[in-house]
Amino acid sequence: MKKQPATVSAAPQAATAITASDFQFIPREEKAADTVVRPSVSYWADVFRRIRQDKVAMISLGIIVIISLMAIFAPFFCPYDYATNNLSAINQPPSAEHWFGTDQLGRDLWARVWVGARVSLLIGLGGAIAPQIVGIFLGGISGYFGGWVDMFIMRVIDVGLCIPELVYVTLMMLLMGSGPMAIIATIAMVGWMGSARFIRGRILQFKNREFVLAAKAQGASPMRQIFRYILPNILGQQVVTITAAIPGAIFMEAYLSFIGLGIKSPMTSWGQLSQIGSSVFRTSPYQLWIPGALISVTILAFYLFGNSLRDALDPHLRD
Amino acid sequence: MGKYIFRRLVISIITIWLIATCSFFLLHMLPGNPFATDQILSQDMIDQLMDYYGLNEPLWKQYLTFMGNLLHGDFGTSYKYAGQSVNGIIAQKFPISAQLGLQAYLLSLPLGILFGIIAARKRGKAIDYGLVAFAVLGVSVPVFIVAALLQYVFAIKLQWFPVAQWKSFSYTILPTLTLAIGSIAGRTRTMRTLMLEVISEDYVKTAKAKGLSSAQIVWSHQIRNAIIPMIPNLGLEIVSILMGSFVVEQIFAIPGIGAYFVNSVTGLDYTMTLGLTVFFGVFVVGANFIIDLIYGLVDPRIRVVK
Repeated sequence: MKKQPATVSAAPQAATAITASDFQFIPREEKAADTVVRPSVSYWADVFRRIRQDKVAMISLGIIVIISLMAIFAPFFCPYDYATNNLSAINQPPSAEHWFGTDQLGRDLWARVWVGARVSLLIGLGGAIAPQIVGIFLGGISGYFGGWVDMFIMRVIDVGLCIPELVYVTLMMLLMGSGPMAIIATIAMVGWMGSARFIRGRILQFKNREFVLAAKAQGASPMRQIFRYILPNILGQQVVTITAAIPGAIFMEAYLSFIGLGIKSPMTSWGQLSQIGSSVFRTSPYQLWIPGALISVTILAFYLFGNSLRDALDPHLRD
Repeated sequence: MGKYIFRRLVISIITIWLIATCSFFLLHMLPGNPFATDQILSQDMIDQLMDYYGLNEPLWKQYLTFMGNLLHGDFGTSYKYAGQSVNGIIAQKFPISAQLGLQAYLLSLPLGILFGIIAARKRGKAIDYGLVAFAVLGVSVPVFIVAALLQYVFAIKLQWFPVAQWKSFSYTILPTLTLAIGSIAGRTRTMRTLMLEVISEDYVKTAKAKGLSSAQIVWSHQIRNAIIPMIPNLGLEIVSILMGSFVVEQIFAIPGIGAYFVNSVTGLDYTMTLGLTVFFGVFVVGANFIIDLIYGLVDPRIRVVK
């Protein structure tokens, strides 16, 4: 087979006849085509490279890192306590002494803003991850086992999705009181249904693929098949979903605290600071602008980073 | 179609029943009673009040009474606003919230779709970048900051509109704008993405090859197909406008239903919380039901699959 084309193409040039000595036998090991010239780039390395090249993503990530570091460390280095009242220094505008001013009870806003950042960011992260965990678990079971389990979980979701968010909020607030955990639980209650549906769809798509069947044939338990073999394939999309859900969770906390169903004083959060700020907006506008600007910048950063991450993880999803 | 409507109707009714039942039992599981916070009341008076409102009856009996009343559309009497029925408060306050929500909805629906179409048609041009920037900012800035900005610029500095309260049409403009901006931004983004998807579809190329004018292509081939996936979101939108209206009502001192809801939750005013929860539940479930019907009408594939 391989010799024939060579003789055919050489035929017109009769002067230089081709002899057997023109050909050389190359042992299999020396064939250059099989050597990998460039180092192979794994999926995650490629994602990392794309993200690093994306200026918007890097700036957003920088902002997120700075705000997170401030939330962790700023309260330790602040001379004022976030919950201590000082009635001789109320509603002071920002100054060298109080960097962000003080509130109606004379509490230092610099300290309060960063303690509030802890709560808001915690809820942002927890509120993004918690519904995913529940969703992966129930969606995984539903998709993998099928049958009446699947039927039951899907009907629960059908009905559950029809119930307005406000109902869950009310019930969870009444049941667990108001605190970061109650808000995360509320978000999880609302959010798990969407992610369970999504995961179920993906499990159905993957559970009969060869590599899962091979694992099954070798005796892998259902949980191992789901978590070890199927989930890594949808991890990328889950990372995007989680990143995209963080701003939503921060928003949710802000709204709830703003209408008075969220975090209660003396504990604080950005939403609660905004609520107090908006009540004295006419006389001390900085009390609203500072937490408001922080919420906006943080959400914007998460939002833009999420978009870039989605592009990096899956070029097909670009819009 | 009949089967589809029936199915949606059954799910809606089950949902409403679940909302009412879950809320009822959860509320009654809670420690404390609605009168415990009023310190002036002696134990005797609390007992009397509990008796009067039937709170000492066994739980199943209370549940049956509650459900019986509910079937007649009676939500009961508030414990905190003495003598006022929940129905009365809803009748009095909900129209205000509804007007605010409806105005915002009617403003954001056409504007968001229009902006999305413009951005997609002018992809990569300055106007596209402008609209995308607006969309990104609009979904990142919380409602209360938008409200404060609008109040500051249009009411305090320019004095075009009143700062707060709810008396005539001019009072409604700033709250409506506040509430609408977020959903305009969200819808611009969705509509832009949907339009961009549709623009490269084969049937659009076919239409172009047939020699249709670009206005005809945009109107009868692109917009009509791009709008369909937006329809189910219209129901969710109503919910988010409802949530947003609580915040806006608080900022602009609008005497809507939001404050009653929050106060009833924090004050353990069972009947009020229950009544309002069920009312909002019915409202949202009903809205979703209607939107499902429209969706089924517009896109025949839906009713076949489900």
